[in-house]
Amino acid sequence: MNKFAVTINGQGTIAVDDTLLIQDAPATAGSRMLEGFTPLFSAEVVDRLQQKGYQIAGKTHVGEFGLDLVGEFSYTAPQQGTLQGAAALAVAEGDVQAALGVDMNGATRRAAALAGVDFLKPTYGTVSRYGVISCAASGEQVGVYAKTAQDVAKIMTDIAGHDPKDGTCLKTETYDYTPAKAEGKTVAVVKNLVAKADDGVKAKVQAAVTALQAAGVTVVEIDCDLFALANTAWQILMCAETCNNVSRYDGVKYGHRAANYKNIDELYVNSRTEGFNFLTKAVILYGSDVLSKNRYKDCYDKSLRVRRVVREAVTKLFGQYDALLTPATFADGYQAYEVTEAFGKVFTESECTALANLIGTPALATQGVQLFGKAFDEAGLLGLAVALEKKGE
Amino acid sequence: MKYELVIGLETHVELSTESKIFCSCGGHSAANEPNDCVCPACSGMPGMLPIMNKRVVELAVTAGLMLNCEINRYTTFDKKNYYYPDLPCAYQITQINHPICVNGLVNVKTSQGARDIRIKQIHMEEDAGKLVHSGNSSFVDFNRTSVPLIEIVTQPDFRSAEEVVTYLNKLKSMFRSGGISECEEGAMRCDVNISVRPEGSEEFGVRTEIKNMSSFEAIEKAIQYESQRHMDALEYGTEELVQETRRFDDVSGKTFAMRNKETEADYRYFPDANLMPIVIDDAWLEQIKADKPVAVDEKAEEYMAAGISQKEIDLLLSDGKISKLLDDTVALGCDMKDSATWILTDCAGVLSKAGKSFADGVVTAQNLSVIIKMVADGTINRNAGKKVLIAVVEQGADPAAYCKEQGLDRKVDASAIEAVIDGVLAANPKAVEDVKGGKLKAMGALFGACMKELKGAGDPAVIKQLLEQKLAQ
Repeated sequence: MNKFAVTINGQGTIAVDDTLLIQDAPATAGSRMLEGFTPLFSAEVVDRLQQKGYQIAGKTHVGEFGLDLVGEFSYTAPQQGTLQGAAALAVAEGDVQAALGVDMNGATRRAAALAGVDFLKPTYGTVSRYGVISCAASGEQVGVYAKTAQDVAKIMTDIAGHDPKDGTCLKTETYDYTPAKAEGKTVAVVKNLVAKADDGVKAKVQAAVTALQAAGVTVVEIDCDLFALANTAWQILMCAETCNNVSRYDGVKYGHRAANYKNIDELYVNSRTEGFNFLTKAVILYGSDVLSKNRYKDCYDKSLRVRRVVREAVTKLFGQYDALLTPATFADGYQAYEVTEAFGKVFTESECTALANLIGTPALATQGVQLFGKAFDEAGLLGLAVALEKKGE
Repeated sequence: MKYELVIGLETHVELSTESKIFCSCGGHSAANEPNDCVCPACSGMPGMLPIMNKRVVELAVTAGLMLNCEINRYTTFDKKNYYYPDLPCAYQITQINHPICVNGLVNVKTSQGARDIRIKQIHMEEDAGKLVHSGNSSFVDFNRTSVPLIEIVTQPDFRSAEEVVTYLNKLKSMFRSGGISECEEGAMRCDVNISVRPEGSEEFGVRTEIKNMSSFEAIEKAIQYESQRHMDALEYGTEELVQETRRFDDVSGKTFAMRNKETEADYRYFPDANLMPIVIDDAWLEQIKADKPVAVDEKAEEYMAAGISQKEIDLLLSDGKISKLLDDTVALGCDMKDSATWILTDCAGVLSKAGKSFADGVVTAQNLSVIIKMVADGTINRNAGKKVLIAVVEQGADPAAYCKEQGLDRKVDASAIEAVIDGVLAANPKAVEDVKGGKLKAMGALFGACMKELKGAGDPAVIKQLLEQKLAQ
């Protein structure tokens, strides 16, 4: 566990990403900007787990504000650029039974796929965001890492449901995550995404298709350009919302403050220049640009309209298919790289993941691939994951 | 050349709610020390989410109804981005795309006659905190952050400073009586948009905006200064007018251009994803309408018709509790004008002497109506009435019981008074002699003795008259 986190409790069975608050435990969201910040309260999901008797083992490193590929650029990690998904690895290595993460731009799903564990990003509004160090409020959601679909279902049951402290949380008090029967379902493989993946990923997709067919699932192939469209739209919305949400980290109230400044403008500029990494700065600049007066209508506003169009089109697709099967990443494995390249790399890879953030539908990384379902059909996705776990045996 | 002033106003009004707009911290009026009323939400800590205060929506709708606005049934919040240490999140939550009220109308009566001022919109937003400077340091006080505001934006319909001030006074009395805002010092702040054009012209002149003024006197002075500056520029070419933001300096009485940096910001407005759109359905709107106090205009007319003076009407409407006390007292069968005098003169005086206020609720319509009626039907005289009022305020006495106890409720006719006077005169031969001998000082002693005997009953004027008659005999 120590490899992946600040240990809080050696007896703990659950880890939580450092984008979630635990009262009195330092929280940084992987950023130097939040150095020294200690929250006064715990995230609702953490409270719920503790009330159910779970012990929190520790807080896992996350890439700064969850913006990178798999958590490689975390200020708290010992070495930049090398760690691939601390929470996913902690689960894969058996340090903890499960972990909570915040899926904002797919880093959690990518990390899970590469580590060979499950991560479920549930339907938007089903899990409280109270106590999440928020970046992209309109598409981020707390989800669960675990080794099996059954474990994901168990933890989801314990954390999901209405929270009056989150205005975006739906009124439903509880949800049923019991994995549904896979037999008789129809799953569409998104051919054009698979075609862009490397051989390792293609093999994982093929293995998944075989396993599903063995479980009595009808598998068809489709081409779908909605993923690329969704990626562009979510990139714009996500960067804009992140730019706005991290603007509160200004060195005035808490977190990192530059040692040298002569006036308030320098305090802001120097603190933020030192506090944010290259990727976050790129996101801030990009987000600031798409919100500017001259670009708003063609960028941000248009993305909101694209979101509606994509949602309608995807709803239609789910009239025909129970789930879509896609890669979780195009590259099977992680190669260390420089943070200056991160913005482009993440954009390329998030074509596989962004759709679920844009329209709030559930997505599950499992067995190195990814399943998309219609809103509130987590049980259906988890049922398919159970079939995949059997690997066609 | 003759010129016409064209003025539009943006008025920020702090709402009288028990808690802030997006968290449960008390309003800043509850604060004693800096940062007394602050929580993780209104100080911009990560992890907290805004939760809409329902009362803010209701007060904004009530204000909209008072200003004859259309109420938008679908209303949303946007974020306005700028960096300043008193703005903890570096954005302000406000409304741009779907403000809660639009297209209103307010009638403003001035010495130049009555005119309608169109209200463009009313929107809800949160206030910022404030900075306290001391020596080389600056401190941030977040007590005021997230205190709810409404901003009322008019069309450029004002034609004089007098109209502006009359409008502001009207808003103030409406909002006070309607429980929307106490409108105390600093709780009402204005941005004034002003331009000048040749009389008869349809086109607008170059517009300047004077920011953030809270005293009506300053607003009036600023408009006078700024309009003269515009007219001088147009008439004599003293300077070239540019569209800009200015501030008014109270000391010099002049306006000054603000630095471009402060005015040319791009606020990068966009929708707040943390706050779901608010839908005001029929049932909720009807409920708000039912709870809405009678419009100040209608009230004022009602009071005026009863013969109450304008000055008294202003006093009555300056505080919703006072006008309600009057309305309730009248509802219990008392005369309106008479009751108004009782409230504004007697009650106000007695309360202030006792260190209390109308808000304390010691004077109820029930108590007051009993006193007013006893005086009106002659059960007690007016002085005795006031005595009862004092007892009510100071001891919490029951008016009817107190009268009985003190023997004030005797109706005294002239013959009873005469009998008392005769008795007093007979018992004080020395004083009678003195009066008759020209020592008028003794007159007071005799009058006092009569009053004492009568225990406050009877009309003092009548008693005095009868006494004088007797002594003259």
